[in-house]
Amino acid sequence: MATLPRGSALSNSFDVERVRRDFPALAQKVHGHPLVYLDNAATTQKPSAVLDRIRKSYIEECANIHRGVYQLSERATASHEAAREKVRRFVGAELTSEIVFVRGATEGINLVAQSYGRSYIGKGDEILITAMEHHSNIVPWQMLCQERGAHLVVAPMDDSGDLIFPEYEKLLGPNTKLVAFTYVSNALGTVNPAKSMIEAAHRKGAVVLVDAAQAVPHCELDVRDLDCDFLVFSGHKIYGPTGIGVLYGKQRLFEAMPPWQGGGDMIMSVTFEKTTYAPPPAKFEAGTPDINGAIALGEAIDYVQSFGMAAIERYETDLLHYAESALSKLPGLRLIGKPKHRAGAVSFMLGDIHPHDVGTILDRYGVAIRAGHHCAQPTMKRMGVPGTARASFAFYNKPEEVDTLVTCLAETQKVFRS
Amino acid sequence: MNELDDLYQEVILDHQRNPRNFAKLPTANHQAEGANPLCGDHVTVYLDVKDGVIRDISFQGEGCAIAKASASMMTSVVKGKSLADASETFKNFHHMITGGQDPCFDLEALGKLAAFSGVSAFPVRVKCASLAWHTLNAAMRENAPVTDIGEGNKNQVK
Repeated sequence: MATLPRGSALSNSFDVERVRRDFPALAQKVHGHPLVYLDNAATTQKPSAVLDRIRKSYIEECANIHRGVYQLSERATASHEAAREKVRRFVGAELTSEIVFVRGATEGINLVAQSYGRSYIGKGDEILITAMEHHSNIVPWQMLCQERGAHLVVAPMDDSGDLIFPEYEKLLGPNTKLVAFTYVSNALGTVNPAKSMIEAAHRKGAVVLVDAAQAVPHCELDVRDLDCDFLVFSGHKIYGPTGIGVLYGKQRLFEAMPPWQGGGDMIMSVTFEKTTYAPPPAKFEAGTPDINGAIALGEAIDYVQSFGMAAIERYETDLLHYAESALSKLPGLRLIGKPKHRAGAVSFMLGDIHPHDVGTILDRYGVAIRAGHHCAQPTMKRMGVPGTARASFAFYNKPEEVDTLVTCLAETQKVFRS
Repeated sequence: MNELDDLYQEVILDHQRNPRNFAKLPTANHQAEGANPLCGDHVTVYLDVKDGVIRDISFQGEGCAIAKASASMMTSVVKGKSLADASETFKNFHHMITGGQDPCFDLEALGKLAAFSGVSAFPVRVKCASLAWHTLNAAMRENAPVTDIGEGNKNQVK
């Protein structure tokens, strides 16, 4: 067992036990053991503040938005738009109209592929992604390439799971119209040098989309500092509910893009002969949106900001170092991916025990991890494994839970007598 | 941890470590591929069938301990059986691993396959234990195109 600073010694300004009391789900038992939830890259548990806000919203402001002339609708509209403003401040955007609510990161990428992509990507153009993308940042571009006769180009990574930056730069060419990459790899935990990647892409005139689904819960970010053209993330990975996510886009791009879905709320005027569209963000928000989800996401953002992303990042970095070190000391365990900068997740193989068997056995001890290909099959192929076991962390996790994980992995080895 | 011991019995671990009939079959006249796309497990089952009898069988593929051991034990159990008997064995096996609600299911007739009875306590692992069998079923039917054979739509066989 690793001997490293424990508990509050990890980060002296951070009271993890206080944080844990905010998350009722963490108090439950699974198969008779206290829940050790280490699948935060898949989704996070929800704090009471968010749960309470959902209930309050459905009781006090349950009405459709942008329509009613009565008090409830006015309250709902005000709360929904206040949430948009909270997101704007959180990601550092200039305008609230640059914040579009979507179902999640996946829908945000599909929106850009279908609205921007179909208008501005043509035959022979290239879309550059990286070797460590989630399927959600591969498949929408493949579909677009197939439709438009464009080419999908993949920037390689090395054996540590880091992007090979010079190769990435070489692949940026005159035909590169769009670059889409993940800020943080969900499968390996790699943090990409986003700012340098964006600068290099802009030098070649390409538009850049950043998949920040795994970055937003762990790192401070600022879209104006990054200078990305689009950025997406999912609410449920940052302590909000499922079904709500965010697409950030630069105003001039949103204005130049055609609408995506047609319907109510996205129009200026409709006749049977002609429809004129509302300006962004309404242009991309056809139909009744997930009003309650957006409001709850706003609450989740308030919640993390009450600690500050910088403090969360510091605590999680210490926790990740502790986890990496404790796992490395277990004989037979092999880390998959040793990136220079890591956030969120640690992937590993336990000898030749299949990750699913590891996951099943850990579950019986109340430890929840993800096992498999993590919706990143090309990443697994590159690393030469069929899948991995992955522990991914939130700021409510503590070093003692890492110890439990390691102990249960040793138990798993006993079951397999390996 | 009794349920874990039931799931990972010594005989299952033995088949996982030393899978039987784990090779391509040169004399195969039927074959099918099966996969669990959500977990990435895949298997190919090769059959040498003559006069309605499985004269020889083998498999190749990659998967967890349960999937691999199940495929291995399946090949050793159905070798020499008629196609009808193999189908009947699968039916019994499937009843057992899904919880055996059906009164027709006969644990004794399953012989050493009874080692997989522990799977019924792990519903998410049913698809692991059944993958090779669904693939065998497809191979026996040969050219019948099968794209969805249940288990929560998680197995795909072609």
